[in-house]
Amino acid sequence: MTLFPNRFVEEWIEGLGRLVLLAKEAVASLLTFKIAWRDLIYQIYFVGVKSQSVVLTTGAFTGMVLATQTYLQFHKVKMDTATLAVVSVGMCSELGPVLTSLMVAGRVGAAIAAELGTMRVTEQIDALRTLATHPVDYLVVPRLLALIIALPVLTLEAVTLGIGAGHAVSTYLLGIDPVWSWYHMQHYTTTDDLIMGLTKAFIFGGIIAIVGCYKGLGCGEGAEGVGRATTEAVVYASIGILITNFFLTLALARLLNVL
Amino acid sequence: MIEVRELRRSFGPHRVLDGVTFRIEKGESVVIIGRSGSGKSVLLKHLIGLQQPDSGDVLIAGENLRGLSERELIRVRRRFGMLFQGAALFDSLTVAENVAFAFRRDGSLTERVIAERVAEMLEMVDLPGIEDKKPSELSGGMRKRVGLARAIIYRPEIVLYDEPTTGLDPIVADSIDQLILRVRDRIQTTTVVVTHDMRSARRIGQRILMLHDKRIYAAGTPEEIFASADPVVRQFVEGVSNPKEVYF
Repeated sequence: MTLFPNRFVEEWIEGLGRLVLLAKEAVASLLTFKIAWRDLIYQIYFVGVKSQSVVLTTGAFTGMVLATQTYLQFHKVKMDTATLAVVSVGMCSELGPVLTSLMVAGRVGAAIAAELGTMRVTEQIDALRTLATHPVDYLVVPRLLALIIALPVLTLEAVTLGIGAGHAVSTYLLGIDPVWSWYHMQHYTTTDDLIMGLTKAFIFGGIIAIVGCYKGLGCGEGAEGVGRATTEAVVYASIGILITNFFLTLALARLLNVL
Repeated sequence: MIEVRELRRSFGPHRVLDGVTFRIEKGESVVIIGRSGSGKSVLLKHLIGLQQPDSGDVLIAGENLRGLSERELIRVRRRFGMLFQGAALFDSLTVAENVAFAFRRDGSLTERVIAERVAEMLEMVDLPGIEDKKPSELSGGMRKRVGLARAIIYRPEIVLYDEPTTGLDPIVADSIDQLILRVRDRIQTTTVVVTHDMRSARRIGQRILMLHDKRIYAAGTPEEIFASADPVVRQFVEGVSNPKEVYF
């Protein structure tokens, strides 16, 4: 007898359960503080340093296009100097963390799933287990830690560059007064916006790591299995980020007393 | 040392092992033979807890592996070393890092002692001085030797070999067989080898178990197995296909 009428729903709920169990195991392992520092530093380098160009480009062009689009609307009601404030608040609390996370999910989430998936199909995960090493301790924890450390930093970079690029476009291309623009930006952007953005980045980092590792460790046989795991890691992490973002926005707004 | 009782395992609707029962004594060399796809590797992975049975028990030195969590199994696996079919070397690490893996994770030895032990193990598998090479630079036979060095560096009580000579030419295969015997004699291990290479089985095994039709079909010394009059055993030993049977 099946509990759920639809096999797809049943598999989906089972997968979600396994994902939560992996996250629980990873957090429990993390709390033992037996961290492989060398692996952690390499992972931070891979996640943080190697993602710079992608994240900075995304941040800069998002800030620029957001400034342009906001100006096009605000100009109609003569609120030109509030343009940068919208860019700043938008980048800090939403676009910075979400777009950075989506770019990192594409680059790092896929790489994690592909690496762990290949290790699985070549029996390297089994070899790890025979060498009295828990795969979660050795493979998942360094990646999880690296992502929850690096993603807030990357988000901060994207936000800074986005606001800077937005300011440059406002001043030099759209002809908005830079002093008023900067004044309004400082007036309307609060620490809460930044806290919200960085908290989101921290949680999105966890989602990318856990989904990537889950898909890699549970990868099917052969090249097809690795390919599927990689695609699914990116798709599920991205969807997870977008869905979580909404609920996180509501929860954080309530928590920070802005709702 | 190893006891398997009524082991059953299915993958979906396909039953692979159906009531497998045998015992392996401490210090014994046992070879498990059987056709490709007969479940030999699956059986071997049950012995070290890499897979869990649907029913039945696996006892290692009296301790039942059934129902143990992955973290509890880590303690049991310290008794084991395992050589995988494709060696399963960590390709992001050098040979020395691969061989020293268990020690580095353990963290109880100094780097100098670890380097000495790695050199000693590589010497034992006839590959001295290749510490800094990457697995991708090694041939199939060399990879298996490094895999064996990694499995035996902490002197386990039981060493499992999954198809150690598959994919190797007869001369390299013979050298791997000699190496398995050398490891058994020097480290005094219980040896379990899964293979379909009958030459290898004859050389290594003090006892041969034949897995057929999802269970242990025949058991005996190499002499008994090679002299068996049973048609299934004879067909496997002589390696003769039946034109009326579909093999693929």
